[in-house]
Amino acid sequence: MIQERFDAIVVGAGMAGNAAALTMAERGMKVLQLERGEYAGSKNVQGAILYADMMEKLIPDFREDAPLERHLVEQRFWMMDDRSHVGMHYRSEDFNEERPNRYTIIRAQFDKWFSSKVREAGATVLYETTATELVRDNYGKVRGVRTDRRDGEIQADVVVLAEGVNGLLGTRAGLRARPTPDKVALAVKEMHFLPRETIEARFNLKDDEGVVIEAAGTISRGMTGMGFIYANKESISLGIGCLVADFQRTGETPYGLLDHFKKHPSVASLIAGSEVKEYSAHLIPEGGYRAIPQLYGEGWVVVGDAAQFNNAVHREGSNLAMTSGRIAAEAISQVKSRRDGMTAKNLSLYKKMLDESFVIKDLKKYKDLPRLMHTNCQSFFLTYPQLVSRAMQNFVRVDGTPKVDKEKVTIKSFVKARSWTGLFGDAVRFARAWR
Amino acid sequence: MNAEQSVRVEDKLYYNRYLVDVGRPHVKVRRHTTPSPQLLALLRACPARCYELNDKGQVEVAVDGCIECGTCRVIAEPTGDIEWNYPRGGYGVLFKFG
Ligand SMILES: Cc1cc2nc3c(=O)[nH]c(=O)nc-3n(C[C@H](O)[C@H](O)[C@H](O)COP(=O)(O)OP(=O)(O)OC[C@H]3O[C@@H](n4cnc5c(N)ncnc54)[C@H](O)[C@@H]3O)c2cc1C
Ligand code: SF4
Repeated sequence: MIQERFDAIVVGAGMAGNAAALTMAERGMKVLQLERGEYAGSKNVQGAILYADMMEKLIPDFREDAPLERHLVEQRFWMMDDRSHVGMHYRSEDFNEERPNRYTIIRAQFDKWFSSKVREAGATVLYETTATELVRDNYGKVRGVRTDRRDGEIQADVVVLAEGVNGLLGTRAGLRARPTPDKVALAVKEMHFLPRETIEARFNLKDDEGVVIEAAGTISRGMTGMGFIYANKESISLGIGCLVADFQRTGETPYGLLDHFKKHPSVASLIAGSEVKEYSAHLIPEGGYRAIPQLYGEGWVVVGDAAQFNNAVHREGSNLAMTSGRIAAEAISQVKSRRDGMTAKNLSLYKKMLDESFVIKDLKKYKDLPRLMHTNCQSFFLTYPQLVSRAMQNFVRVDGTPKVDKEKVTIKSFVKARSWTGLFGDAVRFARAWR
Repeated sequence: MNAEQSVRVEDKLYYNRYLVDVGRPHVKVRRHTTPSPQLLALLRACPARCYELNDKGQVEVAVDGCIECGTCRVIAEPTGDIEWNYPRGGYGVLFKFG
């Protein structure tokens, strides 16, 4: 198919792959990017919040023509039981700034735009092409990929694996492990369309202001998971995700969980009368710092979700993907400009640079949290939300009971459910993991 | 018992766009007489309900509605119960929003 040799092949045109391909092409490298979808984004699912800072580092003036939905002025956290939610809302006029910090986006549309920028920078992008295998020489060094096109072997000095959480290439070649059920969450999502004015009225917004809601509690039925509701211009992205191991253990169905979430009184009123236009699902890496694989080797590097770069606590992934893609590309182009080979030793520069970035530092900070959440999922996602809801109701309902007695009831309910040692242990464990 | 038993996934999949690669399914189930626990888990864990029991009690897969999430791969590829690939380039689900 393609006889020419490339400096680099990038597998995947998601956030990580686009960042890598763009950065290398801008530095004058001869780049080939492969994407299995009909267009970039046609296979990708996200909530989706875009973090402007990481995008600006790639395309400084992206706000001028990128397809952005709303800039966020408000963030809500909901702890839910079956009939109520206890919420924290943070809203600030400061977010109505000239260069807003976060936006909601629609991934399929955003990726298409991002990909057009990669092409403009000079990379060759082949859509509808699935890379099927890494090609290695006798010494095991990666020297290209095979694709599902005719005579599909293509050669390059280095391959950037930006193939996402379920990447087949790297796992089949034994460069990293296949994700296990306890290290990935399955999220299901729907797109609900409503008139602009309706969305603005329901979420208390004007112009292009946006709101995101992150929700946890009994909606995940004792599984480790979270729901989300994001306001776009004329649609609401709504979804819920839980660890695959938990789905396996409980036999809950993903669509059942989603529909249950939609029927919750706090959610139902936000989406009432909407038209659903898409139902999607995707995995999210949840293993955190401890699940990060070997990041480079002879002739290859791995970036983004494929490397488990996802901060489950803050629900950040695309920015880690963009940043790791950019840093890998910078490292590769440094190696190349020194006319050095793409050996593991030289490519270790990528890891060195990444260790200095927020990507690794943030993941390290929360290294114990995934395990804690998983082993204590019953208390964090079932018991506590119910207790908190009851406590709140007890607090606000005026019924002639003296406040001292009300407090006693609340404390008693917590102790009864978890015992003093249990409560104390949870608090300590949580604080430690958070630190 | 559960309210969600009434949820029809087929109706949800109907919103989506697919380009089906006729005759070349990208996921296959290994022949078996009695399904393993992993295969049985797929009946409920697959978000597109691609896995069904046939009348002989074996698990079958129909990938037309597959949304390529990889959940079944994570659960049942290690046991050898299924063979999992991406569809050929351009085929499969095509998200407009994602
Ligand atoms: C429901 C949900 C909500 C999320 N919400 C947020 C959020 O609000 N904010 C945030 O920052 N992050 C969020 N994330 C995480 C974020 O989506 C990911 O971290 C990010 O998309 C990872 O980018 P990536 O480029 O590594 O992988 P992907 O975006 O998955 O891209 C991988 C690409 O590679 C292609 N590909 C794979 N294999 C091959 C192959 N063999 N040949 C050719 N092409 C191939 C795929 O088609 C795809 O285009 C969310 C994720 C989910 C699932
Ligand atoms: S990849 Fe996902 S949607 Fe497709 S068959 Fe497997 S579990 Fe079902």
